[in-house]
Amino acid sequence: MSGGAKLNVRVAEVVPVNDLITRFRFVARDGEDLPAFSGGAHTVVEMDDNGTRRLNPYSLMSSPVDRSGYEISVRRDDVGRGGSLFLHRHVKPGMEMVISYPVNLFALDNRAKKHLMIAGGIGITPFLAQISQLSAFGGRFELHYSARSKPLGAYMDRLTSAHPGQVHCYFDDQGQQIDLGRLLSMQPIGTHLYVCGPKGMINWVFTTAEAMGWPKLALHHEEFTAPGTGKAFTVELAASGKTITVGTTQSLLEAMEAAGVDAPYLCRGGACGQCETTVYKCNNTILHRDHWLTPEEHAEGHKIMPCVSRFEGKTLVINR
Amino acid sequence: MSLDFKPGAFSDFFRDETFRDDFTYRNSPAAVRRFPFPFDRDDYMYSVNMEPHVPGRPGSVFENLLDVDEHYVSEMIDRAKVLAEDPLRCQSLPHMTLAGWDALELVMEAKARDYPQWFALEKNGNRWHWINRPLGIDHSFTFLDEATLPYGPFEYIMRQTQGDWTLQDERDNTLWMDAGIATAQADWSVDFDIGMNFHEWHAPVPLAHEKGIFDRALKFLLKLQHGSPVRRFNWTMTVNPLLDTSPENYPKWGPTKATLTPENLGGKQHLRVELQTLYRLPRSNAIAFDIRCYLGKFEELVTMPKWGRRLHRVVRDIHPDLAAYKGFLRNRDAMVEWLSHYDDGAPTSLGWWPED
Repeated sequence: MSGGAKLNVRVAEVVPVNDLITRFRFVARDGEDLPAFSGGAHTVVEMDDNGTRRLNPYSLMSSPVDRSGYEISVRRDDVGRGGSLFLHRHVKPGMEMVISYPVNLFALDNRAKKHLMIAGGIGITPFLAQISQLSAFGGRFELHYSARSKPLGAYMDRLTSAHPGQVHCYFDDQGQQIDLGRLLSMQPIGTHLYVCGPKGMINWVFTTAEAMGWPKLALHHEEFTAPGTGKAFTVELAASGKTITVGTTQSLLEAMEAAGVDAPYLCRGGACGQCETTVYKCNNTILHRDHWLTPEEHAEGHKIMPCVSRFEGKTLVINR
Repeated sequence: MSLDFKPGAFSDFFRDETFRDDFTYRNSPAAVRRFPFPFDRDDYMYSVNMEPHVPGRPGSVFENLLDVDEHYVSEMIDRAKVLAEDPLRCQSLPHMTLAGWDALELVMEAKARDYPQWFALEKNGNRWHWINRPLGIDHSFTFLDEATLPYGPFEYIMRQTQGDWTLQDERDNTLWMDAGIATAQADWSVDFDIGMNFHEWHAPVPLAHEKGIFDRALKFLLKLQHGSPVRRFNWTMTVNPLLDTSPENYPKWGPTKATLTPENLGGKQHLRVELQTLYRLPRSNAIAFDIRCYLGKFEELVTMPKWGRRLHRVVRDIHPDLAAYKGFLRNRDAMVEWLSHYDDGAPTSLGWWPED
């Protein structure tokens, strides 16, 4: 079965955190502990949205030491494809759901002398788990966390009171911004830098760090792309001998699954590489939206990541 | 607290035998039947040959996640001897302690679940009570607190676990062998390889690089998920049932390759099979690699007619570079001659099970 091992869970709590963010707690249906995980891991939540199957990745934010349950925080996206809206509107305590085993694409480098974390908005979630892990097992960290406004700064109070002096908050509506150049210039040798937030923030932090001579191997980021919407398109699946149409709010991966094709996947956010598929014939343009293939591979057009990428044109034939 | 073994219980199952000096190791008829014969066809070439490590045929070495067999107690006594002579056979870099706890939990939970007659694990929060009856161990300790164990978590559990293991840290899109124990290895060394990455420690393997096998294998392993372990076979040849065929001790065992005669070959020449399993570890995100060694004398293996025919054909037809890498080129002709008496030329069925 694609997507790896699954966990049968029950929704234990649904807690509104602020106007945009709601927290969900899952526990195992059989009452046992859930598997341990590492800070930075995510789970893929399976949803049956009125007949449409949605599988979205969310970072685990609860403590990796606590196996009694997993928590995720979901930011409502009113113009997205509907996964976050489904969670906000329809998921209630007691509901039975299926989630994937945790997968970590944003792990701490345990050799680091210090972990410097930069979070923007909902990008705080993986850091919550990493900070719990570092607090339990030892490890020096410092978090710089910016949000649009104080009310939208989820978990800021919890973090600043638990880790005074190690957590620094910034608010866009007060014109506050991380003094990145100064911050990066003050770090001890052996510091690893972790960024999770909007694409613009990740680019800003990486560009600044690289210009200051930070080693590439010390820079880590996580970014999941929602599959996004687009024009409907038709794809020929060479291995299974099917021709399918991908709807406007459907991903290519979802369309294959709906057609009964068991295509491989893990993160469903363009980050992990599991769903990489060979393109046999492409008459026009693949709209690459993943972070897995290199820019050169995007230009060549011999591969596509069906979880997020789309197609515009006449003929697309892929090996699936 | 110490880790002195007090074996003796269950001696009707666990064999009292040696892997050195007088070499009293052998397989019982039941152990021969369940021997993990690694050739599923009459010829052999490298492949990644990974499959999900899920419970397999009852009675086989795949029945449980970790196979505990009749050689367990004697293997652990042999391991303790190797470690006493050379403590560098077990090493763990400082950042791998958490992965060591992951490995300890994996082994204890699996053994207590699958072999309740021999092992027990009780948890009260982080206070754990571990009983290993075959080795006479009864310890209480605090999970994640190294000070409560006589060794680091990795060495502690590895002294009670068959198989050589490495713990591989994932960084920079590759794997780093940052912890390991090897006392039953086919001529490789933890002390030499520790800190190397996946391509570095595989550099000596012939032919496979040209085939791009290691690039594909690494790509596969980086996506290994917790809860979905995988396995594959590897194999080589060893003269005498010596577990510790280490480069450190090559002067001691290398010359034994020159002691084979047509008369003693069936009892001295062993097919050495590695059942390799890989697990993603939950707390550390590291990968545990278990290389479990099974030794089978030629005279034991040919009691299964299918295996006798097939072993003859594989050894006869293998690429000489592979025979040289596996260290049996000098004895290959003698092995083929000995085995030819067990090959009547009849066709063999696909798959490795002896009776199918």
